[in-house]
Amino acid sequence: MNWRAIFAIVRKDLKIVLQNKGVLIPIIAVSLIIFGALPWVSVLAPSMVNMGGTSLEQLNALIAQMPAGLQNQLAPYTAEQQTVIFFLVYLLAPMFLIVPLMVATVIAADSFAGERERHTLETLLYSPTTDRELFIAKLLSSWLAAVFIAFIGFLLYIVMANAAAWSVIGKIFFPNWMWMVLVLWVSPAAAGLGLGTMVLISGRARGFQDAYQTGGVVVIPILLLMFGQLTGAMYFSIGVVILIGIVLWAIDIVLIWYGGRVFRRGRLIARS
Amino acid sequence: MKSAAITVKNLTRRFGDKIAVNDLSIEVETGEVFGFLGHNGAGKTTTVRMLNGVLEANSGSIHVLGMDPITDGPALRARTGVLTETAALELRLTARDNLLIYADLFSVPRDKVQTRVRELLEFFGLGESADQRVETFSTGMRQRLSLARTLLHNPEVIFLDEPTSGLDPVAAHQVNALISNLAEEKGRTVFLCTHNLVEAQKLCDRVAVMEHGRLVAIGTPTDLIQQYVRRLDVEIETAPGQMDAALQALAPASSLTFGLPRHTNGNLTLTVTGREAIPELLNLLVQNHIRIYRMSPHQPTLEDVYFALHDEKETVQ
Ligand SMILES: Nc1ncnc2c1ncn2[C@@H]1O[C@H](COP(=O)(O)OP(=O)(O)OP(=O)(O)O)[C@@H](O)[C@H]1O
Ligand SMILES: [Mg+2]
Repeated sequence: MNWRAIFAIVRKDLKIVLQNKGVLIPIIAVSLIIFGALPWVSVLAPSMVNMGGTSLEQLNALIAQMPAGLQNQLAPYTAEQQTVIFFLVYLLAPMFLIVPLMVATVIAADSFAGERERHTLETLLYSPTTDRELFIAKLLSSWLAAVFIAFIGFLLYIVMANAAAWSVIGKIFFPNWMWMVLVLWVSPAAAGLGLGTMVLISGRARGFQDAYQTGGVVVIPILLLMFGQLTGAMYFSIGVVILIGIVLWAIDIVLIWYGGRVFRRGRLIARS
Repeated sequence: MKSAAITVKNLTRRFGDKIAVNDLSIEVETGEVFGFLGHNGAGKTTTVRMLNGVLEANSGSIHVLGMDPITDGPALRARTGVLTETAALELRLTARDNLLIYADLFSVPRDKVQTRVRELLEFFGLGESADQRVETFSTGMRQRLSLARTLLHNPEVIFLDEPTSGLDPVAAHQVNALISNLAEEKGRTVFLCTHNLVEAQKLCDRVAVMEHGRLVAIGTPTDLIQQYVRRLDVEIETAPGQMDAALQALAPASSLTFGLPRHTNGNLTLTVTGREAIPELLNLLVQNHIRIYRMSPHQPTLEDVYFALHDEKETVQ
């Protein structure tokens, strides 16, 4: 493996992304909303609509429908603390996955479809790299960026969640083990899902915009997880989170294996 | 005898029903500037892609620097440099970053990267703009930067696809001087795809002419001119008032000429069948007591070869 060449391509892709407002702005905006603003909204909103005490009751009614495992987790806390923990720890957990997924999708769209659109792919094909090295380089640039931003976002979220909940909980309660698994095991897989999908789409997409818009479908599984938890069908226990990770990694492997088979100089140039 | 840098035998590439390159066999010698000519869609770019292992052939064999481009792709590409048609650079990056990234891609020794990049930027007159983004560059600056990138790793075989398109005459002249210099002084092999026949004639040791994927002629420009140019313009300057008499005198020689004589700059221009026609015509004029001040054949060019080949094709069809 020619790692020097691989990292030259990674560096190039990331430098270009840093210059591209169309890519940077959605990444920064979504990350700030999810990690910076949502913790405050979820803590303040219930207490603001809490005038007649109905909201808190409704939320506790919702929690009462949750699986027994989640109720056990919440049992030691007061009713008010329970709602906050339910929001910050459980409901927002699937939201967290949107960030690596989206970052990987946007950057991969730029790195695969955008590169072809700019005609710079051809020049890259004339470099002394193998097809596999090129493919790995292209995967790495979006995957590394997505995982990096997810980790930074997690640190931000630790601060924001504890700060927002301080008045209710009065101690540092976050993160728990489930979140550690979520961040370290599942979020890299979520990045892989965005990336793998984009690899498949980019071959047929006309350009960056086209690829990116079509790639939006990858948030559907995340929405399903959110919905599943809201209805009490399941909750983000450590076991479930590990399982989600396994499923995502398996999908990643299939997508990337297939993408790698199709990623051949001859095909890429014939399409350009 | 010089060794061959590129050997191609019976190379064919199809896209669907279309044959982009059709049974092409050529040999390019080390250190020569080899012109690859042909109309739009003749198969030039497709050939360059196959020679570098970027596109697979349907049949035939290729050896570049003794290597097979498909099995030895990376090793081969480390020793070739390709300036593509679109000369695509990363517009959002600076000139220097463009070169630094490609220095890593092409494994330029780490301790030499900075100096090499600086030297090239200076050489191509981009020293001042090295840290500006390429999107602010003019076409000429971009083309020069692309050339710098092509030469970054000192390639032994250099493929240039239309290197002077979009350049002003001065810039084009500089690029052509560089191409000659690379071949003559550095012993590099240059494979030059171009439509510009005047340039090709000046620069190339040998040229190949492609038509619809087929090789239709190959040789030195001089050979090709001798072989293919069947018409020659001859300008005749007679003593004042003798032009009509000269026309009459030449009337019996119609088998040696094409079309009617034309008046140009107060002289007479005839299109004749070749050099051999000149003494015959002169004879006729002298026998008829026409006073000739000057009789000058126009030196035919590669352009004439090109049109001759084209006409040949037309008459065959
Ligand atoms: N990827 C492709 N898919 C389908 N047809 C192609 C492809 N690449 C080239 N062709 C066809 O093959 C033929 C040769 O194309 P090529 O680009 O090699 O010509 P060229 O000599 O470089 O032309 P130009 O002077 O316009 O650059 C053309 O008819 C072109 O349409
Ligand atoms: Mg071409």
